[in-house]
This record gives sequence, structure tokens and C-alpha cells, in this order.
Amino acid sequence: MINTMECAMDAQSLISISLRKIHNSRTQRGGIKLHKNLLVSYVLRNAKQFYMNEKYAEIYRMQQYEEVMTVCNEIQELNPLDLAEDIAEASGDCCSQGAGSPLLMEPASVCCALPASNHSAHTPQQQLQATAACSAAAALALQNEEVCKETNSVFFRSCCAEAYPVTDCDFSSLSAVHCNKTTVLDLDTHVVTTVESGYLHQDCCAVPCQGAQAPAKKRKFDFGCYATESEEVPDFTPCKRARFEDFYCPHSEQLDTSNISNLISIFGSGFTGLVSRQADSEFSLNGQFCSKQTLASLGAWTRAIVAF
Amino acid sequence: MLLVEDGLGICVVHLSLSLSLSLSLSLSGAGGGGNDVQWCFSQVKGAIDDDVAEADIISTVEFNHSGELLATGDKGGRVVIFQQEPENKSQPQCRGEYNVYSTFQSHEPEFDYLKSLEIEEKINKIRWLPQKNAAQFLLSTNDKTIKLWKISERDKRPEGYNLKEEDGRYRDPTTVTTLRVPVFRPMDLMVEASPRRVFANAHTYHINSISVNSDYETYLSADDLRVNLWHLEITDRSFNIVDIKPANMEELTEVITATEFHPNQCNTFVYSSSKGTIRLCDMRESALCDKHSKLFEEPEDPSNRSFFSEIISSISDVKFSHNGRYMMTRDYLSVKIWDLNMESRPVETYQVHEYLRSKLCSLYENDCIFDKFECCWNGNDSVVMTGSYNNFFRMFDRGQKKDVTLEASRESSKPRAVLKPRKVSAGGKRKKDEISVDSLDFNKKILHTAWHPQENIIAVATTNNLYIFQDKLN
Repeated sequence: MINTMECAMDAQSLISISLRKIHNSRTQRGGIKLHKNLLVSYVLRNAKQFYMNEKYAEIYRMQQYEEVMTVCNEIQELNPLDLAEDIAEASGDCCSQGAGSPLLMEPASVCCALPASNHSAHTPQQQLQATAACSAAAALALQNEEVCKETNSVFFRSCCAEAYPVTDCDFSSLSAVHCNKTTVLDLDTHVVTTVESGYLHQDCCAVPCQGAQAPAKKRKFDFGCYATESEEVPDFTPCKRARFEDFYCPHSEQLDTSNISNLISIFGSGFTGLVSRQADSEFSLNGQFCSKQTLASLGAWTRAIVAF
Repeated sequence: MLLVEDGLGICVVHLSLSLSLSLSLSLSGAGGGGNDVQWCFSQVKGAIDDDVAEADIISTVEFNHSGELLATGDKGGRVVIFQQEPENKSQPQCRGEYNVYSTFQSHEPEFDYLKSLEIEEKINKIRWLPQKNAAQFLLSTNDKTIKLWKISERDKRPEGYNLKEEDGRYRDPTTVTTLRVPVFRPMDLMVEASPRRVFANAHTYHINSISVNSDYETYLSADDLRVNLWHLEITDRSFNIVDIKPANMEELTEVITATEFHPNQCNTFVYSSSKGTIRLCDMRESALCDKHSKLFEEPEDPSNRSFFSEIISSISDVKFSHNGRYMMTRDYLSVKIWDLNMESRPVETYQVHEYLRSKLCSLYENDCIFDKFECCWNGNDSVVMTGSYNNFFRMFDRGQKKDVTLEASRESSKPRAVLKPRKVSAGGKRKKDEISVDSLDFNKKILHTAWHPQENIIAVATTNNLYIFQDKLN
């Protein structure tokens, strides 16, 4: 991660200064100095990377906020009684099982998670959830045990009529918490999907995590909705080129797909239907969805610069 | 000590005595530059004017192999050679002064009509050839062309021609009544410089270094992407020995920044890159040395990563030690000494001006971050020297682990005045006599320095002045 503490200038100023230098070098006596222009292009690349990361983080934060507001509004319209029944049933089911039950390790819990902000992941599933949550259309599930835990506070108490068991790190969905169900929230389309014995249900939107907590985690991922595991981030640096590429749309799709396939391998067949039905439509859409937003805001200065 | 009986034995004892004496003398001659040596001002060359003409900016400084001659090149394409006066017998403590010996225009500005580019006449590098006869030879190069110059003395001229008058006018043959044989008569010393060879059209990119081989027959020249090998006698041909140009220029990631032949292995040379790596190549391995024999690289410290990491890691100069065991590299903030037998990291690292690390943004804005500082070894490889800003230059004593910052300024230019060590305060509290980072003059930079091969005499080039300092002789 670039340490910008020492830099008084922001990335955009650096970019404009660098472009000016490259332009001036074309009229300098003695011809274009290859070495100097190469170094300037490195600064340009670094500044652009940094700027893009900040931009994504901002966009993601905005998305989070919008989702919270949207879902909160929809929660208001739901019947509180239905919720209470479902939750009681879920609690009973979950707590009756031992902590070590293999069933608990299944993605049967219903809570949808954006990246766990404050809590370190304890299990591989939680870890994966934390990392996968960032992907545009990633489906995440928390453990049952989290659902059953006593919580100190409810995030969205302000939005919701009823308090129901919520993990202290993430969300719960509004739909029923059944041990043999998996509910997935699509972060971009705000569609909640429940997979029950291979049967897909489209539910109403789940309540996402509080926006405030999400950004802290998001800082870990350079590309906001595009980075997944942390080890992907270093690989995701653009090629060191003298010219600049446009935004990495095709790459983002690959990330999403690989991320989903990771989940599949751990969670078993439960996700297969989800992937097959949603992959084609949602993922590609989401890949472009984010990028179009970002690209539109970046403007002309991101266009390729060919020096030589 | 044993007294030996025969004459041979006594001779041997004497020999060893004289040997040890001369050894200690030479050691003290090119000794440490740390706190042991006190550096004194000796001379300054160049205009006193504050208004610097661009053509007068010194672009290279080089002592010859004996140290008797000191050459400088400037942006105007001129070469000025200074010669050390012989030591005054009446004042044996005083080393001879350097006075102008020869001045000539080495390169002229040219225009490449094909590319519509002007080729600067600035002298990028000067390298002396070892002396073989009465004349001196040096190689000088600008961005595109290398020239071999012969500098010779003329102190006699022929007189008594039959058909010519002394002033050169031709005599009317009918007035000649007697014949005489012309004779050489002494004249005022005249130093002539004549171009003996011109090595042109071999480089597409800007030449950054030249280096004479220890075989004294070949030399190499390097530009941003290629290294060529020449024979000193042959100008119409050169061999390309390194080519790092990618097939697609858009994939360019690094350029060659400096090259040097090994001081005694005629098959070995190194080249440094803008990525902070040094490659050692052996010409015996293959005709094209794209594949290196050794790669010297230090992993980057991730905590120091910034927007300018690539710029400050670019190596601006590489120099072998005189003994050929080590090499020194200069990047923007530090000097590193590498053992040729260890590729993983340098054996010594010296911070030249670490206080600039927090100023990289502004240094990028004013282009100072692109300054290419050179570095040099002293005669016995115990001390290294490099330049900095505010007309400061730094010396690092490797043995004593001491370093000193000195200044080349007109204020401390009284004859034999001892230079006072300077200090830059990086933090908030500024002690007396210290200079704060913010008051450094970044227009006053010392990029080129040279150390006499045997003595403690150094030549330090500021923008347009050449300072000569020597150690205080007691």
C-alpha cells in the first residue's frame, strides 16, 4: 500500500503535474528523454492506482449507505409478527444442536454479511465470508452459532420493528433463519435469495451491515467491490507500462467468478444453483455496473498516454 | 634484527626497510577522509558571476590515471584540461596547483534531420586513456557521438625554410641565392588538441556512459537501451553486447543508467538500471550479454513505499573500486557498496540526505528528484564521496564508519582554509550552525566529483565552478 503520509499533494495533482512534464518533454532541447519519461509514467501509474482505490472505497461507501436506507424503508413495511415466529424457530433449531455439529458448519445460517469490520474471522467460512463480501455480487452466510449468540446491540434497531438475533459483527436477514436454508443478499440488486434444498426463493431485501463499520474493513481491499482475498490485491497491480490502460473490467469478472468458485468448493452444492442462475446475468452486470460508475467520474485524464 | 654476514643478506634487510617505508607513505597519502583528514580549500575555477550561463554548467569531471591532469566538460560542448604544476622544490609541503592546460570545443550542436531533433552538445562523460607516449588521449561523448582526442605538446618549431618566410609568406624563388637546412628551435609551449577518431551513428538513444577496458584497446558506450563495444582504432563498426529494448516499446519497464568495465578483468562489465538493479556480464559467455552472470538487487522495504519509489531507486552511477572487489552505486538518497561475490544485498549502505525523503513531492515538482548524482572512490578504496544539494558534498569513511558533510562555497574559499563540517537538521530543533532542510538551496547541486588516484586531492563541481580541495599537510 502506498504510504501517502509524506506526500503533501493529492493523487490528482500529481497526475496533472506528471502529464505536464511529459508534455513539456516533447519540446525540450535534445529530444525526449526516455529515462525521465519512464520514471514520470511510474508516478502517474502510482497516483492513478491510489486515486482509483480511493474512488472505489468512496463509491462502495455510498452504495452501502443507499442500501441501508433502502432496506430500512422496506423493513418498515414488513409484518413484525412473521419475523418473531421465524426467529424463534431458528433459535430453537440452532441452539439445540451442538456447537461441533457438522450441520452448523454448513451455510445454513441466514445472515448476510458485508465484510466483518471489527471481528477477526475464526473459521474458514467466516474468513471467506469476510473476504468474499466485497465482491459485487458475492453471497455470504454466517454461521448458525453467530445467529444464536446473544448480541449486545442490534445494528439496525433503529430501522427495524423487532429485534432479532444478530451477530455482533454483521447482519441478519429478515427472512427465516432455518438451519437448512441459505439466504443470500445480492449487494447490487438488493435481492435476497434463499436456497432451500436446492430450491430458490426470492425474498425481500435483507438488512445490510451498518455503513459505518464497513469502510474500516474495506480499506483492506484495494479495489472495493473488486478485490476479494487479500492476496489478490498485490497481483492486481497493473502492468508496469509506459501507457495507461482503462479500467479493468474483464479482470473484475474473473475475480467474481473465481471468488464464487472458491465459495462453491467450501459450501458444497448449495450454491450451485445460485451460481448458475445468477452468474450469467448478475455478475457480468455487476462487473460493469461498478466500472461504469467509476469510469464516468474519472473523466478524460484516465485515457491512455503513449509516450513513445 | 639479525646482522647477516654476506653482502646479499644486508641488501635484503635494506630492501624490506625501504619497502615498508614507501608503503606507509602511500597509505597516508590517500588515507581516510573522515575525521582524520582535514580538508582545505585549494583553488576554484570558473566565473564568480551569480548569473550562470547555461553553456558554462559543468557536466563531467575526471582525473587522468596519474592525477596530473584534470578534465572537465560543460554543457556548451567544451573540454577544459587543467595540469598540476610540478611540486615547488622550495616548498615541498605544498602540492602543485592546477592551471589551465588546454581548452577545446569537443562537440557542436547538431540537428538530426530525419527525426527533427536537435542533438545537444553537452559533454556527458570524459574518460582518459592510459598514457602510452608523450601525448595524452581522452574519450569525450555527447548524446550521440564519441570522440577520441589527442592532446599533445609542441615546444619546438621548424625554422629556416628556403621557400617560406618566418611569417609564412612564400618567397619568390628567384630571390633564393643560398640553401639551408631548416632546424627546430624552441618555442613557447603550445598544447594542441586534435580529434583522432569519431565514433558516430551507433546509438539511437542518449549515451549515458563510456568506459575504457583494461586491455586499453576496446571501450564500451551505453545508451538507455543498448551497450556497444568498440575498438579504439575502428570507427565504422561496433558490436552490440547488451540490448534490453522490448519488442513492444509499450512494455518498457526499465532503462540502462550507467555502465563500467571491471578495472582488471577485461571480460567483465556491469550495467545498472532504473529499477535499482545491477547486472554483471561476462563477455566470454556469449556474444550478446543480455543474460547476466550476476544480478545485484536489494529487496524494497515495503514500509517506504511511496508514489516516488521507482524514481528514488533508480541508480544514477556505478563505479568499481580500484581493487576490483567492490562496486558502488548511487541512487537518489543513498550510496551502496556491493561485494561482487554477494548479489542479495549491499555490504554497506550510506544515507546521503535521508531528510529529503519527506520532501519527495516538492522535489518531484521542481524536477530535482531526477538529478543524477555521481560517486567516487579514493585511491585506496577506504573512503567514498558523493554530492548533495546546497553545494554540500559527503564523504563516508568505510573503515572508521564516519561520515562528514562539507560545503563548496566562495565564502570558505580562503587559501588553505580548513573546511568546517556542516550539518543539516532534519527535526524541529535546529542547533547553532545547523541548516534546516527548508533553507537548503536546491539549485546549488553537486552532481560531479572526482578524487585524485593517489593523493588526497578532490575536484568538486558546483553548477559552473570547479573547486579543488586537498588535505592539510602538516
